[in-house]
Amino acid sequence: MSGDRPILEVRGLHKSFGHLEVLKGIDLAVRKGELVFVIGPSGSGKSTLLRCCNRLEEPSSGSILVEGVDVMAPGTNINAVRRRIGMVFQSFNLYPHLDALGNVSLALRKVVGQSRAEAELAGQAALERVGLAEKANSFPNELSGGQQQRVAIARALALQPAILLFDEPTSALDPELVGSVLAVMRELRESGMTMVVVSHEMRFARSAADRVIFMDHGLIVEQGTPEKLFNAPDHQRIKDFIASIEH
Amino acid sequence: MEQLVHNFFNFEILSQAWPLLLAGFWMTVKLTLVVVPLGLAGGLVVALASTSRRRLVRWLVVIYVDFFRAFPPLVLLMFIAFGLPFLGFDPGAFIAVALSFLLNTSSYYGEIFRAGIESITRGQHEAARSTGLSVPQTMVYVVLPQAVKNVVPDLVSNTLEVIKLTSLASVVALPELLYAARQAQSLTYNATPIIAAGIIYLVCLWPLVRLLSRFEHRQIALH
Repeated sequence: MSGDRPILEVRGLHKSFGHLEVLKGIDLAVRKGELVFVIGPSGSGKSTLLRCCNRLEEPSSGSILVEGVDVMAPGTNINAVRRRIGMVFQSFNLYPHLDALGNVSLALRKVVGQSRAEAELAGQAALERVGLAEKANSFPNELSGGQQQRVAIARALALQPAILLFDEPTSALDPELVGSVLAVMRELRESGMTMVVVSHEMRFARSAADRVIFMDHGLIVEQGTPEKLFNAPDHQRIKDFIASIEH
Repeated sequence: MEQLVHNFFNFEILSQAWPLLLAGFWMTVKLTLVVVPLGLAGGLVVALASTSRRRLVRWLVVIYVDFFRAFPPLVLLMFIAFGLPFLGFDPGAFIAVALSFLLNTSSYYGEIFRAGIESITRGQHEAARSTGLSVPQTMVYVVLPQAVKNVVPDLVSNTLEVIKLTSLASVVALPELLYAARQAQSLTYNATPIIAAGIIYLVCLWPLVRLLSRFEHRQIALH
């Protein structure tokens, strides 16, 4: 892998739903080991940006490169690329008919092609990483929201992705459960995982993000270190937005 | 009262008719074992086709399902059994029944499976696809196991109807249970064989009905 090449490179990304243009030209490069936080009002296109990166949404134009591989190129096997891009959803989306270990090991077996034994070993290790080794045989409806989200993180981690995308990972959680998910994310950051996080957890952003991106109306308005964006942004609407969130 | 017992619950008649009834019973079992799995498999194919990205395929499925749900299965069976031979293809009674049931029941089972598939949220598809599972893998490992589980009561309920409907096979002289009973009735001038056939249906289907109402109670409890 070439040393300086960004893990994720987005160039001139546009996305429209019918007549509604949600992304109006996004350029973004995420370096290895970086934690990029994306904030902005609802409807600003944050989630759509994430979902374009692994083509859960089909971009209208522009290019997306993951580890140098053009996600949009006709010859690209999107399923192979998706193994390299983990995604964590607001609503967890665990498979309710499988236990935690089944959730985590399914793609290892069916996509990577591991045997059940290998996949369960790797799955167990992933669950251990999120602190849920003892819940391997629990079903999603037996787990708290925070535990479900940690299993979802383990499901993404098990594939050993190059980058993890978090789409409002704590928004569906009761306040007392948020901390456990953020703790896992912090641990991942410390272990060098590359992450893009769409979230309203401003305190976490301040303490953990390398870079904060503020989006509004489908464009990146400003980006910089958390200190810069939270304390002295160039744009008044960022101040207003942060004030509105932190109340 | 004596007349009633003599004409409807006559053990002497029953013992005479029993071999015929037993043969009919086994034919009904055989029909059920062919027709229900065929209908389930056909229904699954219909439901999967209805999720196709090609609009033409979806339209064809709608036409297929609408047609075979609205068209009387009796007429369908008679056409296949008695009409097709004129086109140079004589399927024989058993195949004719299997074929007409496949067409008819697969549209019903198909609608049930489709409802099950549609009950699975988009998030489940997206989570599976985000880990690299292909569309067919997502269907097989993530969507269908949940979808089928959600519609088991409807599948059981429809299967009950299908089993009772196998008595239609009598119109093409396939000696299933009800056909055998009617034959025995006309030979003995006594309705006991018909009652006996009814009781056989009742005894065989009652466990399914019980099962069904347990599902229904469980669903109410879950809501």
